Amino acid sequence: MKVPAVIYSSAALLEAIKKDKTLTQAANVAWLPGIQRLAYVMPDAHQGYGFPIGGVAAFDLDEGIISPGGVGYDINCGIRLIRTDYYEKDIESKRRELLEELFKEVPAGMGKSGIVKLSQKVLKEILTKGAEWAVENGYGTAEDLERTEENGRMKEASTDGISGRALERGLPQLGTLGSGNHFLEIQKVDKIFDRQAAGAFGIDERGQILVMVHCGSRGFGHQVATDYIELMENEFGVKGLPDRELVNAPFKSEMGRRYYRSMCAAVNYAFANRQMIAHWIRQAFVRIAGSSEGMRQVYDVCHNVAKVEKHVLEGREKLLCVHRKGATRSFGPGRPEIPAVYRAVGQPVLIPGSMGTASYVLAGTKESEARSFSSTAHGAGRVMSRHEALRRFRGERIRDELAGKGIELRSTSWKGVAEEASAAYKDVDEVVRVSDETGLGRLVARLVPVAVMKG
Amino acid sequence: MEKRYEILPHTADSKFRAFGLTLEEAYGNAAVALASLMWDWAKIPSRKTIELQVRARDREQLLVKFLNEIIFLADTRGFLLGSVEELLIDETDTGLALKARLRGDDRSGGYELSGEVKAATYNEIYIKEDGGFKVEAVVDS
Repeated sequence: MKVPAVIYSSAALLEAIKKDKTLTQAANVAWLPGIQRLAYVMPDAHQGYGFPIGGVAAFDLDEGIISPGGVGYDINCGIRLIRTDYYEKDIESKRRELLEELFKEVPAGMGKSGIVKLSQKVLKEILTKGAEWAVENGYGTAEDLERTEENGRMKEASTDGISGRALERGLPQLGTLGSGNHFLEIQKVDKIFDRQAAGAFGIDERGQILVMVHCGSRGFGHQVATDYIELMENEFGVKGLPDRELVNAPFKSEMGRRYYRSMCAAVNYAFANRQMIAHWIRQAFVRIAGSSEGMRQVYDVCHNVAKVEKHVLEGREKLLCVHRKGATRSFGPGRPEIPAVYRAVGQPVLIPGSMGTASYVLAGTKESEARSFSSTAHGAGRVMSRHEALRRFRGERIRDELAGKGIELRSTSWKGVAEEASAAYKDVDEVVRVSDETGLGRLVARLVPVAVMKG
Repeated sequence: MEKRYEILPHTADSKFRAFGLTLEEAYGNAAVALASLMWDWAKIPSRKTIELQVRARDREQLLVKFLNEIIFLADTRGFLLGSVEELLIDETDTGLALKARLRGDDRSGGYELSGEVKAATYNEIYIKEDGGFKVEAVVDS
């Protein structure tokens, strides 16, 4: 190991990660060339490929590497949150209708194609412009862009290093939710911890309705990851690597630059994807609830990404390539990357729970800069395999249990619902408690689901 | 019939082990194991045929690339694999080459889909010769 690894956890959470390979994987990351300060493991960590999920590592731009395994296959998998002026009582009688309408508007499930038919030329424009393309084409507003990480567009994106196979996978899937752990939820505010920050984010009162979306770059991002894992292996080899999924390229090498620019294109694909879905959410509310007025975006975060950011190392500012794999950026107050309206309180950090459990809004902290290169957890994190969950749970039964708690559920696959049973995940309440107590991100609001749509 | 594959526990994703008397048979069974995570391959008739060729540096890369082809064909052509025929693996100057005839049907046939796999990985990949062959792989779902 070139640097030590630090694990942010609690006694309860640590028990779970001791059972899988999280700690070994963290040690492997700490061994990579050019790693700076420390390798970090977030409170929701679990075993991944190469890097653990919930792994954060920053690399020197001259001496360091970039690794597709440090970003993840679903590049810019992330969360978008939209606030509304509605309260629980306003939509109580229309909940099922709203869910049905969302189900009609937003394509979801395995192999489901998008509604929008694209040419390769337009797809390449989307890869370059991200959510900006979506807004220019009538999906959402300029204000949505201001309230999205990177303003919805990573400018370094290029399509020069994108394979024909990636384009082929990306074409039919833009504007789709996907399957697995991806979801769309109507939520209500359950608790406000920090009134000032909540107010700045547009979260006003208990019972207020918000809408959360969790999805990424679909098959496109996976293909970019797959392509570059092979290309890097063919050019640099994997000899001496403790894990073949840690394959990497020097950041400043041609291969490293090409992967970074292609990864940025996949980031843009995912931003455009969530931007289109946000537009359809508003349309569904117009049709069923009467209006989308007040449905402002709180924020949109990436939790699988590598970015070049300025951080303080040994008292001096330095540009680093920060890998966050299953981790959320949590910039504290004052950072110029944060929208001006939030700069006094810190960046909104959106942490979804598992199906039927709470999700949280946190605010980034100044302390997280020195403690985790401004990063915190990204979700609950699995503790049980899909296979085991499938053996133990039944999708229809979960639907009935949720209905008993007043939560509507619709899915394209009962098998998928069983796989995503909340018992297969860590306790999200514990994950955010650790995040708050360690100063990585401070608690702002707790949201609980009212209606859940799964792919 | 002897067991062709089994699904193994893995925290975040899906893992399987496939068996074969030869490396070819084990790879063919690995493809079927992968298909089993997304649809019931036994119910897919052989209405369509795809001839596939994959080249790789070594056995591990060959398995990952072969499995990724099955995912790619499902994702972009809607091709659902039912069986693998005439799978051959040859050595080349630069590594290995695999040829296979994939049999299956189009998704428009209305078959039930039960999950999505998005990439094969090198994570915990394992290929062992021990009388017969045993291969293990983790796929991202």
